[in-house]
Amino acid sequence: MSTEPGAPDAPAAPEASPPAVTPVRVVIGLCLAAPFVAMLWVGSYAKTDPELFGLPFFYWYQMAWVVISTGLTMVAYTLWRRDQRARTGGASR
Amino acid sequence: MNDGVNGVALAVFVFFFVLVTVMGFLAARWRKAENENSLDEWGLGGRSFGTWVTWFLLGGDLYTAYTFVAVPAAIYAAGAAGFFAVPYTILVYPLIFTFLPRLWSVSHRHGYVTTSDFVRGRYGSKGLSLAVALTGILATMPYIALQLVGIQAVLDVMGVGGGESTHWFVKDLPLLVAFGVLAAYTYSSGLRAPALIAFVKDTLIYLVIAVAIIYIPIKLGGFDAIFSAAGEKFSQVNEDTGKPVGSLVPGEAGHWGYATLALGSALALFMYPHSITATLSSRSREVIRRNTTILPLYSLMLGLLALLGFMAIAAGVNVANGQLAIPQLFENMFPAWFAGVAFAAIGIGALVPAAIMSIAAANLFTRNIYKDFLRPDATPAQETKVSKLVSLLVKVGALAFVLTMDKTVAINFQLLGGIWILQTFPALVGGLFTRWFHRWALIGGWAVGMVYGTAAAYGVASPTQKHFGGSSAAIPGIGEIGYIGLTAFVLNIAVTVVLTLVLRALKAPDGVDETSPSDYTADAGDPGVAAKLPPATAGAPGGH
Repeated sequence: MSTEPGAPDAPAAPEASPPAVTPVRVVIGLCLAAPFVAMLWVGSYAKTDPELFGLPFFYWYQMAWVVISTGLTMVAYTLWRRDQRARTGGASR
Repeated sequence: MNDGVNGVALAVFVFFFVLVTVMGFLAARWRKAENENSLDEWGLGGRSFGTWVTWFLLGGDLYTAYTFVAVPAAIYAAGAAGFFAVPYTILVYPLIFTFLPRLWSVSHRHGYVTTSDFVRGRYGSKGLSLAVALTGILATMPYIALQLVGIQAVLDVMGVGGGESTHWFVKDLPLLVAFGVLAAYTYSSGLRAPALIAFVKDTLIYLVIAVAIIYIPIKLGGFDAIFSAAGEKFSQVNEDTGKPVGSLVPGEAGHWGYATLALGSALALFMYPHSITATLSSRSREVIRRNTTILPLYSLMLGLLALLGFMAIAAGVNVANGQLAIPQLFENMFPAWFAGVAFAAIGIGALVPAAIMSIAAANLFTRNIYKDFLRPDATPAQETKVSKLVSLLVKVGALAFVLTMDKTVAINFQLLGGIWILQTFPALVGGLFTRWFHRWALIGGWAVGMVYGTAAAYGVASPTQKHFGGSSAAIPGIGEIGYIGLTAFVLNIAVTVVLTLVLRALKAPDGVDETSPSDYTADAGDPGVAAKLPPATAGAPGGH
């Protein structure tokens, strides 16, 4: 097929590669999965009380989750970058 | 619809329209590259956009004028059910965080311009690639048409849409002008035009929302008053169905529908060609990941915008066509000049996605139909030329669609488009992580999902429509009402898995995979990325 470069990466892999599942990666996974649990469990927030500034719970709760999920994605992003840097030994960014 | 033309609002609207038109044409010179006759330049803005440009571009692309009109319109009509757009856009970002950087990397290594390019390269199957391309084009066309519906709503409220009695040509002239101009600068500037205009669009939108969310509740006596007025309206009983017309909070029976609609839509969003076009135009893999953390700002805006639907009720806006609720609210509430700004925000909000969508559809046609099937030896310059012409055709098609057919036809097709595009998920996202799925099994799963989704949507009746009355139906085996697209998607995966097992057992030919594992994690600066973009011919000699 095509003659793309890509082979040079091969030898680096076998030596002391850390396990695929590490505590950090589990945390990343949880950060990304949490919004799904919260938002798909509609029964947990389909109610009007308590209100906030006159907004029924249903509305302000979901808007609050925009902010929460953003925070969680940022945490995941930071952890992921650190994880990647550790794995490549700082050789490539 | 309206008592005469709103002169001041119209003047402000025209001012902004002229401004973005000038920007659209000047955009051709923005970050100009030496080799402008390649699809990478015209169709992907030279793959050069950084974090902020990508943010504006994706935001301008995903949160369309139709969204601005339709989401509050849904709330205005039925209440809580329309708010699913918020959890939907919450779920999108953690989702794309996982797979979009991989798509970016492999696309850069191999010079892929479309998702179908990737599918062809990964599975060595032009058939599967064609299925993905056709689905993308089919799903995008009505989406472009709906952008026009958005502009029409604004023009109507300003009084320049003309009444039903006006001659059709006079009535549609403003829309024709707007679209002619859009087509011209998209043709000349490519993706750079919407990227630049998106700055204006989003600035205006954020400004309008910020003002609306503070100013209108003050005028209406606070959110308490707004929600009690809405609650009163929704408790009225619909004579046709014998049920309340809406609710402030989804009832028990609506939970599945709400959740599946949010999840299905989230899964589908980045299958749309225009989302991918904006993604691939970014400079690096990091730009994509970083954007998943800043794009939710738009979701917050969408949530606030949705609340305008309740305000329209409390403000006593009474329109037969829900699409007009928000423009009418602006006209009733704001001073004329600011109403003009708000209308400009919606109008320009239609131009940006319409431009990107037509570019994306044109790229699909050029790369995966024209080059793969009609002219395999097309040069990059020829590809660009074809793409430019097709982007015009696509827009003319959308225009004809809106002008000749009833608006509900466009909305029906848009609804179907969402169901259809979701059926390309297994081939695309599956392919980014594993080569286990068999290419023929993916075609089988896709076909089953498409047929089931279309048939199920056809069978949905509403008080006003016999077919395509909604996007939810009973889920077979569960009995709850859920989003048809997601049911079709589950069916699609089940068929794909079973067929893959069968085909693997039969040792059916697997196709050649031109990608290698390291392709999926490459970033700008790595060998084979950025510095040396393959001249759009990588992987061309592949068989099948």
